[in-house]
Amino acid sequence: MNSHCCHRWPVVDLQSAMQPALITREAIDTAAVLAAVSAPAHGAVALFLGTVREQNDGRPVSGMRYDSYEAMASDVLAEIVAEAAATMGEGEIVAVHRIGELSIGDVSVAIAAASPHRAPAFDAARYIIEEIKLRLPVWKQEHYNDGSQRWLA
Amino acid sequence: MRIKFLLFALYRDLVGAEELELVVPPGSTAADAVTALRARGGGSSRLPERPVVAINRIYAGLDEILSDNDELALLPPVAGG
Repeated sequence: MNSHCCHRWPVVDLQSAMQPALITREAIDTAAVLAAVSAPAHGAVALFLGTVREQNDGRPVSGMRYDSYEAMASDVLAEIVAEAAATMGEGEIVAVHRIGELSIGDVSVAIAAASPHRAPAFDAARYIIEEIKLRLPVWKQEHYNDGSQRWLA
Repeated sequence: MRIKFLLFALYRDLVGAEELELVVPPGSTAADAVTALRARGGGSSRLPERPVVAINRIYAGLDEILSDNDELALLPPVAGG
């Protein structure tokens, strides 16, 4: 039997390996994030993606560097997800924040919330991104077309 | 007692280091430690007097009293997402 050919287990593996809250230096696999929360009982799945924008305050941006207090950020993100999950009740949530060097259009944050109904799913995703903005120890430095850069506050 | 400072983003650029250690008197608060760091002069003096801090990875008040070998992180305004 060819173990590299036709097995479907890697998909299952990805799902079970997806932590509810993750800080990563890798590109975010949004399909895996969605798959991790999807289930027959979940009639609603809200997916929020934050991406790197091509301009800020009218200034063209060439890329973005995300810095983080990784050890603390993992704890804070897990805490935020747990709060959202407690409010949502039945369902599944996954939130991933990418750090490192990102290009325009790259996904910096992905939040998937799945619930039997749409309102709790939307509310959970919204809560998580707003709390990330308030308290996740992550910083971004914009790189501009002219070669200069600036930390955003 | 020995305190390990962690610096991020803008603050790291100001100080010119990701982390550094200072010895402060026993009973010092987080605010006292920040004052000691700013007193080193140079870019460190441009750190805010009252930054947001975390002690051992947990958000803390500046009036919190430090213990030997505590990790004191100075956190610029966050900008995730």
